[in-house]
Amino acid sequence: MAYTEDDLKKELETKEYEYGFYTDIESDTFPVGLNEDIVRAISKKKEEPEWMTKWRLEAFRIWEQMEEPEWANVKYEKPDFQNISYYSAPNKKPKYNSIDEVDPELLETFKKLGISLEEQKKLAGVAVDIVMDSVSVATTFKETLAEKGIIFCSISEAIQEHPELVKKYIGSVVPKKDNFYAALNSAVFSDGSFCYIPKGVRCPMELSTYFRINQAGTGQFERTLVIADKGSYVSYLEGCTAPSRDENQLHAAVVELIALDDAEIKYSTVQNWYPGNAEGKGGVYNFVTKRGICETNAKISWTQVETGSAITWKYPSCILKGDNAVGEFYSIAVTNNFQQADTGTKMVHLGKNTKSTIISKGISAGKSQNSYRGLVQINSRATNARNFSQCDSLLMGNECGAHTFPYIEAKNKTAQIEHEATTSKIGEDQIFYCNQRGIDTEKAIALIVNGFSKEVLNKLPMEFAVEAQKLLEISLEGSVG
Amino acid sequence: MELKEKLVSSFLAFENTVDIDAPVHDIRSQAIKVFEEKGFPTKKEEAWKYTSLNTILKHDYSVFPKEENALEFKDVKKYFLHDLDTYKIVFIDGIYSSHLSETTHDKIDVCLMSSALTKDKYKPLIDNYFNKIARQDGLSSLNTAFSKEGAYIYIPKNKLADKPIQIIHFSTGKESSLLLQPRNLIIVEENSHVQIIERHQSLTENPVLTNSVTEIFADKRAVVDYYKIQNDNQNASLIDNTYIEQQAQSLASVHTFAFGGNLTRNNLNFFQKGEGIDSVLNGITIIEGKQHVDHNTLVHHTAPNCESHQDYKGIFDEKATGVFNGKIIVNKEAQKTNAFQSNNNILLSDKATINSKPQLEIFADDVKCSHGCTIGQLDENALFYMRTRGIGEKEARALMMYAFANNVLESVKIPQLKSRINKLIANKLNVDIGFDL
Repeated sequence: MAYTEDDLKKELETKEYEYGFYTDIESDTFPVGLNEDIVRAISKKKEEPEWMTKWRLEAFRIWEQMEEPEWANVKYEKPDFQNISYYSAPNKKPKYNSIDEVDPELLETFKKLGISLEEQKKLAGVAVDIVMDSVSVATTFKETLAEKGIIFCSISEAIQEHPELVKKYIGSVVPKKDNFYAALNSAVFSDGSFCYIPKGVRCPMELSTYFRINQAGTGQFERTLVIADKGSYVSYLEGCTAPSRDENQLHAAVVELIALDDAEIKYSTVQNWYPGNAEGKGGVYNFVTKRGICETNAKISWTQVETGSAITWKYPSCILKGDNAVGEFYSIAVTNNFQQADTGTKMVHLGKNTKSTIISKGISAGKSQNSYRGLVQINSRATNARNFSQCDSLLMGNECGAHTFPYIEAKNKTAQIEHEATTSKIGEDQIFYCNQRGIDTEKAIALIVNGFSKEVLNKLPMEFAVEAQKLLEISLEGSVG
Repeated sequence: MELKEKLVSSFLAFENTVDIDAPVHDIRSQAIKVFEEKGFPTKKEEAWKYTSLNTILKHDYSVFPKEENALEFKDVKKYFLHDLDTYKIVFIDGIYSSHLSETTHDKIDVCLMSSALTKDKYKPLIDNYFNKIARQDGLSSLNTAFSKEGAYIYIPKNKLADKPIQIIHFSTGKESSLLLQPRNLIIVEENSHVQIIERHQSLTENPVLTNSVTEIFADKRAVVDYYKIQNDNQNASLIDNTYIEQQAQSLASVHTFAFGGNLTRNNLNFFQKGEGIDSVLNGITIIEGKQHVDHNTLVHHTAPNCESHQDYKGIFDEKATGVFNGKIIVNKEAQKTNAFQSNNNILLSDKATINSKPQLEIFADDVKCSHGCTIGQLDENALFYMRTRGIGEKEARALMMYAFANNVLESVKIPQLKSRINKLIANKLNVDIGFDL
């Protein structure tokens, strides 16, 4: 009998999360709960200077006054913030110079993930700053980067060694009081990456960090700060996978990008956290605030492939402050089973001749809900601003939903804005055409989905594009067409 | 006293003017409770994010018109589509003017809500239809609580309304500021057709606020064609709540021409309840000064094989603000739905603002849904081309704007109305061109 769509559906449903394993590394975990003492303790643990402790405490006080937002088109059981441990770090905290010194168990984990450090060192030319349970444990290529004056380290290290940069820029794009989760992150962020590209330097390699949530019951609060000084260029990759867990894990990261005059930042994400099982149990809550600011002639480009997490709440944004600034957003969001995603972008045009492009592809299958929520705002002084937005949704099966909530606000007569959105399904004729040419239904769907997402996949750096295609296949193949 | 308190406390007085034993008494009392609880919407509500009622609620509106004010036909003739034979339901300051009206009970009912709400022979229909689809929000409930007068149109099975129906509301300015709350009920049964033109006109500069609710029921294969002309003066504000329920294979279209008024808010809701339905929502907005026009539309697809088409064009000059918030919901049963929405805008001034939020919520997979939204300017090359051919700049611009809005006009089915709107547009664009050529 031929392989039918029902078979595919069954296979998909039973396909367990492939990357669901758990590394047994002793962790040094704080008691659950959140109060000023915990915030102080985190700060002390990390040997932070006093200004940082103060900053965290201010954020904590703001957070206490705030309420959890409810406007997003997602439904979930709210996390109990007093039942989360806010700090966990692998016990052994050495600084390695070579790969041989790294805990072999840890290396094994990365091998399973397909991130072989050795291989990457040799072939890809990627410097990997691996963050495992919040503390940076391995940094490669640091010396090569140091020659160019590029600083690429964990944010805790940056607070110690480059306080002037951190002090100047942290919270400048995403203020402490920006939103509930940003305030929480500002108070308790455990670690994250820091990157500074000096004037006129073109970063010779793709910088990348792999985040993982490892310890059960640990909320992970990453803080990333990327500063591209005048005329510099950097491409930054971020990829995520997490072990299977039944209780919900909270992740509230903050990413701030600063592109000074003529600088360019390309920020790519592949997110594949545990989405919960086929009954919708478990999975990661992903509430992320990502924002970049572009000065004159600067450019920020966000590319994301979102396939994981039970709940995604993420709006990588660009503030186009300087004249001629450019903001781009390319996104693929895939939801299956009971996943819910509410994602999109904000493009705030302040400077003259600013341009923005939004390409968003949403694919929903199973019983999932996938929403695009975006804002394009042209302020009255943003003469000749230009925006093009396109959001396409693909629905598989009649139990899922695709939603679009674009907000378009124009206050300048020279603004040119185009917004387009479509919703459709994979045509039976398309599948028939493929079948006719000897491509089975499963492959045909993969092919069509890949074609549907091509515009975004093309924007990913090589290393990621391959991984992203694999992810799309895992998340979607076999969904009813 | 705040307007809300004033309205709540005048409800008792209002009750004395109407028949307390009437079947709708309970509905009214229930509605005032809802209004008391919900009040007027504020900008904190998502649906009112871009429109604030604060300034227009400041006036001390008189809630009950005192007496019937007479108007001579010759004075208001220009507000009628006088070159067309129509039924007319005319209200002056909220009170029916038999002198200016032309109603009928011959085969179809074109008459008054006040009689429909009180007379026994209408009771079955009122029980079935009155306040059945109006949303229980603050504004609609307020209208329901004070529902007394308006147009009642009933087209029984297999009947064709032999001529279009005009509903016109005049306000004379005898009161220093006036709140009007017309309530209309339109029932179109199987295979019947009707064309309706609605207009609100204030005759002086005294502030007027109209909070109108219209419920329209289109039964199987019915055809409803509704035109709203909103070209009021600068002190008149309008909140129009229209709810349309459509049964299988019916066709309902609503055209909204928003050229005037201080603040205009159109809440236009289509509920599709059968297969093979077509809903059409078209609009042209041309405003200037400090005018504010907000189109809030909803099309709810609940059954398979239906279509909806929305096309809203806007031209905004000076400090005008335009809002478009269009929502399409497709239930998971509504397979093979085709839903289209387009919103195109031209900004002519740096002080003008447009906020657009085209929204899709889709739960069915085999659908074709799309929305498009553009904000742009007139093509300078095209302008230059026309000017090289000896067309003045003002006229060239007007021609281009007219062309921009034209495909909405094309779908107007009453020729006399089309040419009237052409004139209104020419007037609005300040040119003397007959676009009828």
